Amino acid sequence: MNINLTLIGQAISFAIFVSLCMKYVWPPIMTALRERQDKIAQSLADAEQGAQRREEAEAEVETMLQDAKAQAAEIVAQAQKRGNEIIDESKTTARSEGERLKAAAQAEIEQEVVTAREDLRKQVGSIAVAGAGKILGSEVNAESHAKVLDDLVGQL
Amino acid sequence: MASSEAGRTTGEYIQHHLQNLVLGVHPENGLSIAHGSEEAAAMGFWAIHLDSMFWSIGLGLFFLWLFKKGADKATAGVPGGLQNFVETIVEFVDENVRETFNGKSEVVAPLALTIFVWVFLMNLMDLIPVDWIPYAAESIGIPYWKIVPSTDVNVTLGMSFSVFALMIYYSIKIKGVSGFVKELIFQPFNSGNPIVQALFVPINLLLEGVALIAKPISLGLRLFGNMYAGELIFILIALLPFYAQWTLSVPWALFHILVITLQAFIFMMLTIVYMSMAHEHH
Repeated sequence: MNINLTLIGQAISFAIFVSLCMKYVWPPIMTALRERQDKIAQSLADAEQGAQRREEAEAEVETMLQDAKAQAAEIVAQAQKRGNEIIDESKTTARSEGERLKAAAQAEIEQEVVTAREDLRKQVGSIAVAGAGKILGSEVNAESHAKVLDDLVGQL
Repeated sequence: MASSEAGRTTGEYIQHHLQNLVLGVHPENGLSIAHGSEEAAAMGFWAIHLDSMFWSIGLGLFFLWLFKKGADKATAGVPGGLQNFVETIVEFVDENVRETFNGKSEVVAPLALTIFVWVFLMNLMDLIPVDWIPYAAESIGIPYWKIVPSTDVNVTLGMSFSVFALMIYYSIKIKGVSGFVKELIFQPFNSGNPIVQALFVPINLLLEGVALIAKPISLGLRLFGNMYAGELIFILIALLPFYAQWTLSVPWALFHILVITLQAFIFMMLTIVYMSMAHEHH
């Protein structure tokens, strides 16, 4: 329990340890701590910025998607309209073509009828001349009786 | 009983465990190792406690080695285990310094760190069973070997007087000699009347002088008293039969973990407070 040189020895070693700690221990640790603090702050800021950018990108994607959908719907509607038009056109064309064909056929039939009637008339005329000749027993001169014959034919 | 194994009475056992290994100049034997407390007392001031110096310097070197290792590895990246441990303690000390100490100083924070860890390590030696190392030392021919430096009043007072010297140094450096003297003679009693003030000066000087001197003494003796008492109780517990010792030594050791940490913390905090007072203008 005596006070002796140990006291001074302890004071000297204390001074040495404190100065060594001041020089070699404290500064590098504090520097590292401060650097890490800055780094973490920077990382957090970066992360926030990244999140913001992602949100912006998402919003952009959303608008682009909506635009595309609208465009697609428009295209579908146009196509449908065009299809309907084409169908209507075809119907009209078909109808008019059909009518034209029908009219042509009718005209041809009428023509045939007229021709047939004309033939018949002519044949009736010659048959009538031949019949009359036989009845009268003499030859009927076709040329001299042409007027009569024509009247007859005309009555048929 | 533990004491009977070494062929000692209880009193001799306790005395043996409380005796430092003293190297000094004995009036009759010259430069020698003291055998017993009478010889140590006869050596007076010119003697040194080899065991206290060995352990305190050894533990101080261990502190520097450990923290230097941590400091070398310190990077801004992901910290490893040792770095984490070192940084936790450094941050704890730094926080306390910043909360208490308002001035700017490159010395106070490393000083506080050194005190905290070093005193803690010295106190921690108290938890090593009291017989192990003294008996191991005895078996290789060293008569006394105390392992807890902070139970040596020289060690604790050596540190507290160093802190006191820093206090005086910074007081004079910051406030000047006149500022420092003014603090001693114009406080706590103050008067506008020069005659009354002249009467107050000796009273103030006495009060402030006592308060100033009491700081390092209380700082050193507080740590010493706590650790010495703790050590003594461990020694007394060691006198019990070996099968019964754990019933007391385990609770006391658990409680002592709190004491050693707290005493290291108190020593550090008071140092910071004293440094702060030295840096403040009144």
